[in-house]
Amino acid sequence: MRIDVNAFVGGYPFRRVPGTSPDALLLAMDRVGIDEAWVSHLPSVFWRNPADGNAWLYETAAKEGRFKPVPAVHPGFPGWERVVAEAAAGDAAAVRCDPTYHGLDPAGAELRALAGTCAAAGVPLQLAVRFEDGRQRHPRDGAPEFPAAAVRALVRCDAKVRIVVTHADRGFIEEVHFGSTPADAARVWWDVSWIWGPPEDHLALLLDTVGVERFVFGTGQPLRIPEASVAKLDLLELTVEQRAVLESGNVQRIHEP
Amino acid sequence: MLIDVHAHFFHPRTPRADWRERNDSRLRAGDKMGVSIHVASVLGTWGLTSPVYFPSPADVTAGNEALLVLQREHPDSIRGYACVNPNYTTHALQEIERCLRAGLVGVKLAASRRADDPLLDPICELAGDGRVPVLHHVWQHRRRDWPGQEASDAVELCALAARHPNVQFILAHIGGGGDWEHSLGVVRDVPNVLVDLSGSGVDGGMLEACVAAVGPERLLWGSDLTMDTGWAKLRYLERLLSREDLERVKWKNAARVFPRGAFPSD
Repeated sequence: MRIDVNAFVGGYPFRRVPGTSPDALLLAMDRVGIDEAWVSHLPSVFWRNPADGNAWLYETAAKEGRFKPVPAVHPGFPGWERVVAEAAAGDAAAVRCDPTYHGLDPAGAELRALAGTCAAAGVPLQLAVRFEDGRQRHPRDGAPEFPAAAVRALVRCDAKVRIVVTHADRGFIEEVHFGSTPADAARVWWDVSWIWGPPEDHLALLLDTVGVERFVFGTGQPLRIPEASVAKLDLLELTVEQRAVLESGNVQRIHEP
Repeated sequence: MLIDVHAHFFHPRTPRADWRERNDSRLRAGDKMGVSIHVASVLGTWGLTSPVYFPSPADVTAGNEALLVLQREHPDSIRGYACVNPNYTTHALQEIERCLRAGLVGVKLAASRRADDPLLDPICELAGDGRVPVLHHVWQHRRRDWPGQEASDAVELCALAARHPNVQFILAHIGGGGDWEHSLGVVRDVPNVLVDLSGSGVDGGMLEACVAAVGPERLLWGSDLTMDTGWAKLRYLERLLSREDLERVKWKNAARVFPRGAFPSD
């Protein structure tokens, strides 16, 4: 069983990306053996109200059992609490927020309120550090990357909030993990998509120092080819049990009470 | 056969206390991935006693010497580029001659001087005489200067390539940051520039764009600092290309542009 917690459908505004339709995502999942994907609606990340893409996302996911929707929320927009309530009542894997694209303070009052509401509703909060390598971003794509300090702040603001962070590298992960209490760090999960493999061996190091239980499989597809995350795991010396928890076991624990 | 045209190794005179582990990790991962030959460069002392991209002549020599030692220790799996700093023309030319005589198989130019600078001409003439390729570090569509390097982009590399039509140039790490679409547009009609697929970038659509721009006969497989992304691109290409074209990208193109006898298959 392999679950991708970091997948998208829909076009990207800053460059042409092939394979953004739901059918194309399914083909890519089949190509690399991904059974299930947490899916976000990519265009709405850049909309004034990203929640406007959620209805289509739910509808798309309802037609395809391998998609688990990750609806988007803008906690400065009127009625945002309904997004979290719908996610809790439905089949959503998490809700996502991309505050730097909404002009929000990533650790500000709106985000803290969102974290608290997610905690109360039992819905994980998904945050992306970035979508693309900073060196290649479109000249008009100027939103800052999500900062590590904000993850630390959000995980501290409610003892029940659970956070899934995608596209983080080694330095970011270490800063949050070792800058948090063990109890807080145990409520943060990291996808492997942006962590370097050999010869730097950042992923191998983090599995050893931060712990296998903190990492989940994620790809960032279709912005990135999903083969990269599979190759990372194939290059590690993992037991069958470790591989299983990385690819699916840890994801399932995110929702455990 | 799989040739990695963009590898690096460390040595004791670098800031990396873990230099041996990193070298071993590259070789171990290469074994797992099926890499037959790592064609590597060493950028001086990697910053220990002069900057990575502006290495002093002494550090250039130390780095190349370390690479020659590695090539002798691993004759079946490591080959090397002579890395030079074009600002020190006399030293650069002497170093290339020395290193090619000693068995290195190419020239590496990083970011000590823009690619279109006349200072690079005698270096390229020497590479042409020795029939070795020039691997040039490239920032894909450099829109400003970046600290620590005098990076070149594809426009500048292609200007150099036009002045030296008999030399084979390798545009480094198309996935190594910056706007690869811009670079691909520039190199499309410059036949003596090949594109190395290395770099941490694994953007959806990038490999299709590379094939469309220069065709499989001008693509070279490589890894650079992240071997996992190199393996991912190789796996993707296995589905994108015909078997014959895949073999070109994996090794046949490299065997064509490096000197005859550089690899065991020659």
